[in-house]
Amino acid sequence: MLRYALLRLLGAIPTLLLVIVLAFLMVHAAPGGPFDDARSPHPEVLAAIEATYHLDEPVVQQLGRYLGGLLRGDLGPSFRYPDYSVSELIGIGFPASLKLGVLAMSLAILVGVSAGTFAALRQGSMTDRVVMSFSMTGISIPVFVVAPVLVLLFAVKLHWLPAGWSGSAGVAKYIVPVVTLALPQIAYIARLTRASMIEVLSRDFIRTARAQGLGTRAIIRIHALKPAMLPVLSYMGPAIAAILTGSVVVEQVFGIPGLGASFVNGALNRDYTLVLGIVIFYAALIIALNLVVDLLYGVIDPQVRQR
Amino acid sequence: MKSLRLFLQTAVLIALAACGGPGVTDDRSAVLSRAISTDPETLDIHKARSLQALSVLRDIGEGLVSHNANGEMTPGVAESWEMSDDGLSYTFTLRADARWSTGEPVTAGDFVFAVERLKDPATGAFYAQFLSDVTGLEAVDDRTLLIRLAQPTPYLLSLLTHPATFPLHAGSLAANGDRFARPGNLVSNGAYRLVDWVPGSVITLKRNEHYWNNANTAIDEVRHLVLVQESTQLARYRAGEIDITSTVPSENFAQTRKDFGSELRIAPYQNVYYYGYNLRKPPFKDNQKLRQALSMAIDRDVLVDKVLGRGETPAYSWVPTGINGYVPTVFSYAALTQAERKQIARRLYKEAGYTESNPLEVEIRYNSSDTHRAIAVAVQSMWRDALGFDATLVNEEFQVLLANIRAGEVTQVFRSSWVGDYDDAHTFLSVFQSDSAANVPGYSSNEFDKLMMRASKQVDPDLRRAYLEEAERLLLEDHPVILIYFYGSKHLVSPRVEGWGDNLLDYHYSQHLSLKAAN
Repeated sequence: MLRYALLRLLGAIPTLLLVIVLAFLMVHAAPGGPFDDARSPHPEVLAAIEATYHLDEPVVQQLGRYLGGLLRGDLGPSFRYPDYSVSELIGIGFPASLKLGVLAMSLAILVGVSAGTFAALRQGSMTDRVVMSFSMTGISIPVFVVAPVLVLLFAVKLHWLPAGWSGSAGVAKYIVPVVTLALPQIAYIARLTRASMIEVLSRDFIRTARAQGLGTRAIIRIHALKPAMLPVLSYMGPAIAAILTGSVVVEQVFGIPGLGASFVNGALNRDYTLVLGIVIFYAALIIALNLVVDLLYGVIDPQVRQR
Repeated sequence: MKSLRLFLQTAVLIALAACGGPGVTDDRSAVLSRAISTDPETLDIHKARSLQALSVLRDIGEGLVSHNANGEMTPGVAESWEMSDDGLSYTFTLRADARWSTGEPVTAGDFVFAVERLKDPATGAFYAQFLSDVTGLEAVDDRTLLIRLAQPTPYLLSLLTHPATFPLHAGSLAANGDRFARPGNLVSNGAYRLVDWVPGSVITLKRNEHYWNNANTAIDEVRHLVLVQESTQLARYRAGEIDITSTVPSENFAQTRKDFGSELRIAPYQNVYYYGYNLRKPPFKDNQKLRQALSMAIDRDVLVDKVLGRGETPAYSWVPTGINGYVPTVFSYAALTQAERKQIARRLYKEAGYTESNPLEVEIRYNSSDTHRAIAVAVQSMWRDALGFDATLVNEEFQVLLANIRAGEVTQVFRSSWVGDYDDAHTFLSVFQSDSAANVPGYSSNEFDKLMMRASKQVDPDLRRAYLEEAERLLLEDHPVILIYFYGSKHLVSPRVEGWGDNLLDYHYSQHLSLKAAN
């Protein structure tokens, strides 16, 4: 297992390098520079600024300098925020995004798996149909519609929850963004669980278990849940990606100082180093998470382990 | 099964851990919460360039001269000043009780230090040219500052209200280097001091107990909340979570106006919306008649009333009305009806060599936004109606548009705007001097430059104004740009906020505001 993990990690290095080089070239190819502003500074000042950030060098040389910095773990200074380095900005933004993502993911798994199992057991019933049509709605309505509606209802009309993040205290500010972010995932996971649970429940070993007199609850818990979770587990990779990208919108709408918001603003401001830093960070994170999911797969399904 | 259970347990634990941070008190009764639409890039007075950064800096710093709630100039760190008869030197006397947030006195030397840093190209200050007329700065003693000028600069006092000309605390710079402007390091001399800054979220300021006018500062804590989306600002204002918005969404503006009545503050703003011509290339190079025809064919009243209707006013001058000591010159045809203007426009269009069978082919470039698109579509149809040609609309991301404008290769007609930096006609008219970095159309007129030069050398305010007015008249006749409208500033201001003053500069120092006690 350890050998496998190490090999996978080594294999990730060329992928990451490719991501870095491509991202670097694409960011630099975008028209407009970080210091183009409606009011431009004196040419002499602009030259001084560009020299400070080595923007006056050929792109290849800049790339070399950047890669050299990366080897030392240095993501460079932010072009937009001269007081902060990119690593610092990621350090500030990531915890907010992480909390949001972990909470949304946990909520999605808890509610999604329960609802899916519940519906599978009552396949074809009214409850099943209600749960499934709710989940269809959850998948179809985009985040940027759900978010303002929830804010209007719970913050503006009912005053139960804060309308935004910054300057609000306590736990309450998490609720609307987390629900908004989790909703499509709840829906998707519920559907996956239902389908897979129905399939598992029709298998021979379940029939055997029933014949031995086990109750439904015990069958689900001991025999059915684990195999039924496999498709959900393989969905975790895409789900994490969806939550990361979904958080870009949610962070913008609620004004949450996370990485998603930084990424969008960085791209608009042509903050080359910040955008690159976040791309590299996310790429590394996704590679690592994929590895973790693959290893988990081995834990849950012995067939995979023996491969 | 065990692993799944463990996973879920861990997830719940993480969730709980994530929620239970150290509790922040949410008592807002003594806290002013105001929205800004982007993060300040920095609170370094010299590297700051966005209006948002400048507005935070006005809360935490103070120049020799400052403003009251109505945007009128008042003494700041300087308690008094004297101008020499030739207008070439000013002597400022600093307040004995002007203090840094550390309690140390603010001295003339702090201003000398700051201006030297501002002017040094290596600093990379966007406003490095701001004091280009200042030839010498001398700290005669701790409380006396002498400023020498290359030419009379009647707007010097106005320049000295700008954050780029604030003093700097040399000690904190020496101790912290590049990180001097961060919370915990930043030493400032205004009514407030920087306590915390979470990038992308909130900047927290607290009363500077050492500020000379601390006794008249009412609010103890000010939070500048970074709320990028206009709709988020509105939602949070509706929920009672912020006291002042930085703007109001364009969508459903009529409804917002109806909902909030007098809480919605709309005022003229020194910001002009215009279409620039690329004067370096045909068809607009050396083609005054065509430029005038296109400008006259546009019905500004329709744009302002029907397309926008959010506090804008039609622009018939380059300098907005209400600028300190100046009466803008208006287009010679401002008094004509739109029908009469259209007729003249048609004649000029023909004289420029265009007909229905040989129509003008032109592109309007604008940065992507609903408002800019609506204006472009309306202008396109006005040109079609009056002159019979179809302009092509091209929308681009803002940074792309800026790069294209600067390069001057593909642009023909482009959207732009200009916000004044200080309260003097010079901040607008100097844009069109041949050597100005802001002169994006590439306008170059010897006569205009000469008039501006003469105005600069003039000590007598009336004579100076006459030169400036003449310069503006010349500019309007040359039509280097199509003037469209002046923006209005728009804020929602909670009824619990007192002391708010609408002003052309759209400066609203927190130190002038107070909060009514909750009932």
